[in-house]
Amino acid sequence: MGKALRREVGAEEVGRTVTTPYLRISRLTKTFGAFTALDDISLEIVEGEFVCFLGPSGCGKTTLLRAIAGLDIQTTGRIEQNGRDISALPPTKRDFGIVFQSYALFPNLTAARNVAYGLENTRMPRGELVKRVHELLDLMGLAQHGNKYPAQLSGGQQQRVALARALATSPGLLLLDEPLSALDAKVRVHLRHEIRALQRRLGVTTIMVTHDQEEALTMADRIVVMNAGAIEQVGTPLEIYREPASPFVADFIGVMNFVAGTVVRDGAVRLGRSELACDVEGLAAGTEVTLAIRPEDIVVHDGGRSESNALTVRVDALVFLGSFFRADLAGDAAAGVLLRADLPADMVRRRRITEKSTLSVLLPPERIRIYPRSPVNR
Amino acid sequence: MRLFIGVIGLYLVAALALPLGLMLAKSLQGSRDEFVGLANYVRYFSTPALSQSIGNSLGVSILSTVITVPLAFLYADALTRSRMPFRGFFKTVALVPILVPSLLPGLALVYLFGNQGLLKAALFGHSIYGPIGIVMAEVFTTFPHALLIVLAALALADARLYEAAVALRASRPKIFWTVTLPGARYGLISATFVVFTTVVTDFGAPKVIGGQYNVLATDVYKQVIGQQNFQMGAVVSVILLVPAVFAFMVDRAVRRRQVALLSARAVPYEPKPQPLFDLLMLAYCVVIGCALLSIVAISQFAAVVKFFPYNLALTWAHYDFDQKGGGGWASYYNSIRLALLTSVVGTVVVFVGAYLVEKARGFALGRGIFHFLAMLPMAVPGLVLGLAYIFFFNAPANPLNVLYRTMTILVVNTIMHFYTVGHLTALTALRQMDPEFETVSASLKQPFYRTFWRVTVPVCLPSTLDIAIYMFVNAMTTVSGVVFIYGPKTELASISVLNMDDTGEIASAAAMAMMIFYTNVGARMLHLILARALERRTQAWRRR
Repeated sequence: MGKALRREVGAEEVGRTVTTPYLRISRLTKTFGAFTALDDISLEIVEGEFVCFLGPSGCGKTTLLRAIAGLDIQTTGRIEQNGRDISALPPTKRDFGIVFQSYALFPNLTAARNVAYGLENTRMPRGELVKRVHELLDLMGLAQHGNKYPAQLSGGQQQRVALARALATSPGLLLLDEPLSALDAKVRVHLRHEIRALQRRLGVTTIMVTHDQEEALTMADRIVVMNAGAIEQVGTPLEIYREPASPFVADFIGVMNFVAGTVVRDGAVRLGRSELACDVEGLAAGTEVTLAIRPEDIVVHDGGRSESNALTVRVDALVFLGSFFRADLAGDAAAGVLLRADLPADMVRRRRITEKSTLSVLLPPERIRIYPRSPVNR
Repeated sequence: MRLFIGVIGLYLVAALALPLGLMLAKSLQGSRDEFVGLANYVRYFSTPALSQSIGNSLGVSILSTVITVPLAFLYADALTRSRMPFRGFFKTVALVPILVPSLLPGLALVYLFGNQGLLKAALFGHSIYGPIGIVMAEVFTTFPHALLIVLAALALADARLYEAAVALRASRPKIFWTVTLPGARYGLISATFVVFTTVVTDFGAPKVIGGQYNVLATDVYKQVIGQQNFQMGAVVSVILLVPAVFAFMVDRAVRRRQVALLSARAVPYEPKPQPLFDLLMLAYCVVIGCALLSIVAISQFAAVVKFFPYNLALTWAHYDFDQKGGGGWASYYNSIRLALLTSVVGTVVVFVGAYLVEKARGFALGRGIFHFLAMLPMAVPGLVLGLAYIFFFNAPANPLNVLYRTMTILVVNTIMHFYTVGHLTALTALRQMDPEFETVSASLKQPFYRTFWRVTVPVCLPSTLDIAIYMFVNAMTTVSGVVFIYGPKTELASISVLNMDDTGEIASAAAMAMMIFYTNVGARMLHLILARALERRTQAWRRR
């Protein structure tokens, strides 16, 4: 499978020494009656990595996480952790800590008792236990909140207690199920950095489920983009953004222009009446394709006719978004198609671009990605 | 966990499923236990003296429902939609009937409208003994049940709907018909069926004040106690099950839809003062409140005078229960024992059972059957359950028959009789807890029972107290469930009321009924104090 190949290339590009993976998921399938929630998932995660499962709701990312935790056992397939086959083990026999969106803090226990919960009942001496709890609360910046009940803490503080509780038993694997989505925007951004820094410091292998692409892009070593129960792409945030493997990924991550075209020959695609140079990735002439280009990659230039990949367009709408303007571009040359471009604010001012202005724009060949057009993807 | 489900499941099977099954079988047997098919039923329907009870039962039930539900609805409207004073007081007053056995309104009505009654003239020559008396007593008994359901439905009102209606210049009546009533319709349907079922299956009121007017519940009693015809008793029981099961199913379906209504986020409604409306509502509540209290007051008054209404000299003679026809003071202490045991054991069983149904993982079939059995008692009238217990526990072949006529069987029966409401209360509390508590505990390698003990039980403590008081109050007042299975040493206060009424010692019966009332009031107050103390202690970790 092409995807599998891409994945391995991706793992090496991270620049890690290739070791035996800490977590190896092979050919995992989960069905609920006639519905397939996970469709033949294979994935490897190395020790100390921070991996995000990213996708729209219902894509199977949470199901995959719960299968790894042993909460919903997969229908078929195999999961190995640290060389041990854990496929059929109940959650209590597996080695992980988990944090939920709701935190699931025990409301009748103080923050310190919550953190201590997993340590009690073990053979840990009392003094050591107290010390460990203090350490963890300190680590989370909650030293003075140990005696408060969850209801007396803010959302961000509750989240950190939940994290401390999950880490208390020093699990080999940390699972985070949409841990930040119940928080308001400012706290969320702050906690992103905190969790990431903490994970780096402790070196604990971490999997986070999220539907927030910004969260995944800023936190993850690698992102696993999922759709309809299958993995669409695995890669570093930069790869996922720059070289989306499918129109779905291209559309789901960031903003993307999609334009219908046809391959003319190797290295050229016809778009309306214009011909654009780009890498056609070995597709035969005559193949119907979708061109994709990000709005920020469209460049306004001075209109030298010799430039290749230049289009003459009219500005249909111009929306001010702070540091840049988002422009809707239309033109005869583009055969009526509409392109979105993000134009730097000072450039728009300098060139006195307004609605109805006519511009010449460049679509840099190395920024254009093309996908064979299927009736499903637009 | 499966082990626990199995143990409590076995309890449900032994205390509910097997007895009921055996009773169904009995209704198909002759007097020497031979199989006779539907012969008993054929005989029942071809004996007009028996089968006319069906019409009688339906008649009084429908009439009681038609009177009670609108009265309760208006009362609930006054409590939630007006700013009249003393709303809390009137709510408390309306709940008084829950604390007395259903025999008490019958006794009070005899004093008020009986042959020597104060208000006999108000009946224009009709006798209180019969449908009139039954309906009046049933309205008293079922009023708080209907009120609580309608109150819950009206409490869901969305202020935004009222604001929108006012902004559209709708008149008060129009708002009532287009906003209030539709919002409460599921509550009204539910109240209707609850009242109907309660009346159809009630035994106390028709026994005391029904006179020659036979209904299904008294027929079961007469067949079993009077004629020792157990097969025919079983037949009537099965017939009595039909409307109860039907009403139960409709109610479940309706409640399921009301949940969907709840999920929308609503802004709570706050009524504004409207002097005339508030005054009218106050007047209405005063009238109803007085009527309810007068039933209790007349019983207490009659219990402490020599011979009501002729000799009003005060006396404690009627409290000398040991010299009367019932079980004496011993029966009162038996009731307290039963109520305490039922409340403690019942709460533990019900709560653990609900926990297993809600929180266990896997074993879906077992949990499904368990839940069904837990819901079933709601549809089974007490008399039917009691009769089923005779068949099951009195059978010589049953190793459990050592329990027959002991306190244990009374406790088992009473827990089972009131199982469903407790089960639902516990489920509601458990469902409000984060479903991930168990998951987190598992990831921390903690056994489930530790989380149950450290987290689930403390968080659900208020609900378990509610279950306990519910079990206690009902164990004090129930007659129908236990009337077939008490023994000479285990006679209960409520049974004593029945027996003293039978022997004509009505004043003593009223006195004993009032003892039950005061005990329940005391228990309620204790519950309130405990709940308050608990709330104060756990304030730190409870939101709001």
